[in-house]
Amino acid sequence: MAGKLDLDPRVVREARALAARAGQPVVDLARSHTTVSVERAVLRLAGVRGADQDGIPWVNRLVDAVRADVGLEHGVAVPVFHAMRATGVDDVTVLAQKAAAGAVRFGVPLKKADVTAARRMARKATGDGLRTIDRRRAERERMIKRYGDPAQRPWIYLIVATGDILEDIPQAQAAARAGADVIAVIRSTGQSLLDYVPEGATREGFAGTYATQENFRLMRAALDETSKELGRYVRLTNYASGLCMPEIAALAGLERLDMMLNDSMYGILFRDINPIRTFVDQRFSRQVHARAGIIINTGEDNYLTTADAVEAAHTVTVSQLLNEFFAHEAGLADWQLGLGHAFEINPELPESFRLELAHALLARELFPDAPLKWMPPTKHMTGDVFRGNLLDGFFNLVGALTGQGILLVGMMTEAVVTPWLSDRDIALQNVRYVLTGAGNLHEDFVPAPGGFIQRRAHAVLAEAVDLLKRIEGDTLLNAIADGTFGIMKRPADRGKGLDGVAKHAEDYYNPVTEALES
Amino acid sequence: MSIVRPYGDTTGDGMVQLSFTLPVPHDKRAEGAAIQLANKMGMDPALLVHAKPMGDGFTFFVVYGRVSHLVDTGQVQVVERDFPLLSAKEVNAVIKRRLRRRLNVVGACIGTDAHTVGIDAILNVKGIAGEKGLEYYRELSVTNMGAQVSVPDLVETARREKADAVLVSQVVTQRDAHLQNTRAMSAAFREALPAGKRPLLIVGGPRFDELMAAELGVDRIFGRGTTPREVASYLVHALVGGSK
Repeated sequence: MAGKLDLDPRVVREARALAARAGQPVVDLARSHTTVSVERAVLRLAGVRGADQDGIPWVNRLVDAVRADVGLEHGVAVPVFHAMRATGVDDVTVLAQKAAAGAVRFGVPLKKADVTAARRMARKATGDGLRTIDRRRAERERMIKRYGDPAQRPWIYLIVATGDILEDIPQAQAAARAGADVIAVIRSTGQSLLDYVPEGATREGFAGTYATQENFRLMRAALDETSKELGRYVRLTNYASGLCMPEIAALAGLERLDMMLNDSMYGILFRDINPIRTFVDQRFSRQVHARAGIIINTGEDNYLTTADAVEAAHTVTVSQLLNEFFAHEAGLADWQLGLGHAFEINPELPESFRLELAHALLARELFPDAPLKWMPPTKHMTGDVFRGNLLDGFFNLVGALTGQGILLVGMMTEAVVTPWLSDRDIALQNVRYVLTGAGNLHEDFVPAPGGFIQRRAHAVLAEAVDLLKRIEGDTLLNAIADGTFGIMKRPADRGKGLDGVAKHAEDYYNPVTEALES
Repeated sequence: MSIVRPYGDTTGDGMVQLSFTLPVPHDKRAEGAAIQLANKMGMDPALLVHAKPMGDGFTFFVVYGRVSHLVDTGQVQVVERDFPLLSAKEVNAVIKRRLRRRLNVVGACIGTDAHTVGIDAILNVKGIAGEKGLEYYRELSVTNMGAQVSVPDLVETARREKADAVLVSQVVTQRDAHLQNTRAMSAAFREALPAGKRPLLIVGGPRFDELMAAELGVDRIFGRGTTPREVASYLVHALVGGSK
């Protein structure tokens, strides 16, 4: 479907080159720092499981203990596995328990032979975790072969959010039977700012359900049953975001989640998480997703909920280009890039629908091989559910006309209640009507050369290039500090989670990064 | 005339529409059950216009019907705006003349609520519905703490910024989180600051009952559809006195 907008390939190349230049300093920063959550993810892959009686995971206790003795800057792998050798403990979880009781002292060995031995053990232990991720990926590929992918594009993406995993499961299965190809379990609102991943099956959440390894496992198992029943592989989505992004990415890989919300800047802008913390966690989590064959979903829709969707249209393009650069750098392939955008233009604005079409088509043509994630109106959903249903219908139509990859189903009760069973049914009916009646309309839809849609797309791309030039000159961290994206101002020395960041020492060692980059 | 009835297409016809789901499979009995519910809600006759099975064991219904209830508009209790609505220019002028310093406002979403859409609509320059937010008012000094702010942080910031008013937005209402958070917030301010030193406490959100201010320990509640200008006018009215 390339070529409908007659974009100048030189401008597109320039935009990509600018994004790469703007992003590179951030990559360098990410490569030279670690965080508590990256180190905890390493330990999770090395086999640390479970939590203490207060619900604090043993990985947290172990990283805290190592950090208290030798700091974070060497990485925890060598101190931990050196301690395993020194104490003769052969189970990392047991070591964590002993360390939490104060029975283990951590240090970086002085002798080169000890370092080599500790590294070898760490490599072996985390290698087991990575092999599990590989097995899960192969399992997914087998199941897709057996049950098949959805018959149509876009894939239909539905959200469940009851707060209780045991309630979520039948809702998710019902949604899949009703036509959903992808189920997203929304997280409890507070989770992004928790500096640990809760343990076990959870039944108490606010506006969503906690992301835990056990909840992941339960939901995946339930959807495997449903996939078998429906003869169609139903994908599962969760959120690798917030302060525990790297660990959640690892857990998603271990439990065969299929898609993860994973935006390079969302946590910074919308959760006030420290920019450096975010970029370091981002890179690691994306490397894990790349290995696990997980499709990431980026969060550009969010910019449009705080800023005006017409004025800020180019910030979406800029963010998509940056997300693409960071994703490629971390090893993700184009088919794994669910770059986000949304239908958020004020419907009162004249030509609003044509503008939406222009923006959606621009994303499609800039990223022809990415399964773009198309997100429904939220900001202009008013509680008038009848009008909301109409807006969602037009949103679905843009999705069909511009060949979007993943369509998040809009609810007419957006901004009113968490979706009811009947809301979901009405919303799916809306999607089915549009996809059945107009699903192939993109074959006939060609905007007039030099017409409104082409001109608008060119204008947005030109503004994106201008903004990228400014960002590159000013540096991305300063641009974020100045409130370039979504009006939020986020300086690099502020925000939550900064105290969990450390610059690498000369001898920093991370067996997982080593394996993922080899 | 303060007695009214719902209006379908004729004065006094009392017609309303209703949709709901019953946890039963779709059959004749289910449709009868839907009509029974509508009857019990006061719809008589109730006309079942749509019934659709959803998944296993659920049916969605749309019912039209006539209700016999009368509504007396004279007996409705609401919080009427008891202050004059001023323009941004007037707000600035009154503060400048009467207060002779900028009026300090601190805003936040407290608790686990991550939805900044409400507080941003009121505070951000961008504003809402064509009205600029409070940051745009020259004589207002605004600190927007954003989402998931803890109550102690809010109290501390209000103290540091010498806040004249604290604005709290609550969107999430699951398990009455908005009410609990508001009570915790007002209690914390009462504990931390003596009566004369306490800032004006204002909460807003789409699901608040505007009549509950006293019960929640706040000075004012703003419900859905509130604009920045209304909030600014109220601040001037409550803190600086009338516009004359």
